[in-house]
Amino acid sequence: MKAVVTVMLKPGVLDPQGRAIGQALQHLGFAGVGEVRAGKVIELDLAETDPARARSQAEEMARKLLANTVIEGFRVDIA
Amino acid sequence: MRAAIIVFPGINRERDMAIALAQSFGRAPRMVWHRDSDLDGLDLVVIPGGFSYGDYLRCGAMAAQSPVMQAVRAHAARGGYVLGVCNGFQILTEAGMLPGALLRNAGLRFVSRDCHLRVERADTAFTAHYQRGAVFRAPTAHGDGNYFADAATLDRLEGEGLVALRYAPPTGNPNGSVRDIAGILSPNLRVLGLMPHPEDLVDPLLGGADGRPLFDSLAATLAA
Repeated sequence: MKAVVTVMLKPGVLDPQGRAIGQALQHLGFAGVGEVRAGKVIELDLAETDPARARSQAEEMARKLLANTVIEGFRVDIA
Repeated sequence: MRAAIIVFPGINRERDMAIALAQSFGRAPRMVWHRDSDLDGLDLVVIPGGFSYGDYLRCGAMAAQSPVMQAVRAHAARGGYVLGVCNGFQILTEAGMLPGALLRNAGLRFVSRDCHLRVERADTAFTAHYQRGAVFRAPTAHGDGNYFADAATLDRLEGEGLVALRYAPPTGNPNGSVRDIAGILSPNLRVLGLMPHPEDLVDPLLGGADGRPLFDSLAATLAA
């Protein structure tokens, strides 16, 4: 089954890339855009068929490699 | 004294580092490929700058998981000296050997120019040939050098005197690093990570020798 890991900088960690995207959106005329945060999405194709076990595997992968938990948080979605 | 430089795919500053080490140590360092794991008998292991594994995922994240890093951890656990410069500093934080992380530069731009560093303590193997409070020049070349750690970690680092180097005037903080931190030490003072490149300023022919005392300090300490 497929696990989708979304990795985002933690709240309070400066995200200059998100800020630059926000400024570019303003320049394009999109008014009313508040804070913009940029992250990454990692799709994993897992041999596991049990959703709970797939989730815990993906969470362990996120803690060990996919996210740097000093600066990033993550969310796992199982599909 | 015996030194080695770890070489990962995508590293590009290993030859500069070898020149600086050979100049101060009087013998060429060993070059160790990332798949090797034999670091026995070494006094100093250096992780140089560059773009290991193309900075995939995060700067240093892939290198931190490579086989040789187990050997670097064991070397540090034995009390061996470790120097990580630029990407090497990023790798040491990703490997959990130094606290904190290096974020994208606050100004978003790759910074390639000289900066100035203030020596916060001169009683370490890396800084003994500088005066405490001295400011020296060091080339900088990085896109992700913005040092970050949570407030508790920063207070601990400062309380235990583990901040080795800070960005200082006239050039100041080039990347937004919290509390102007440019380089930090492990609790036993034998692991140093820093973003700037002292190895690129070790000969008047290069425009100055401000970085040479760092390597002379190591040579003197390790020879003792």
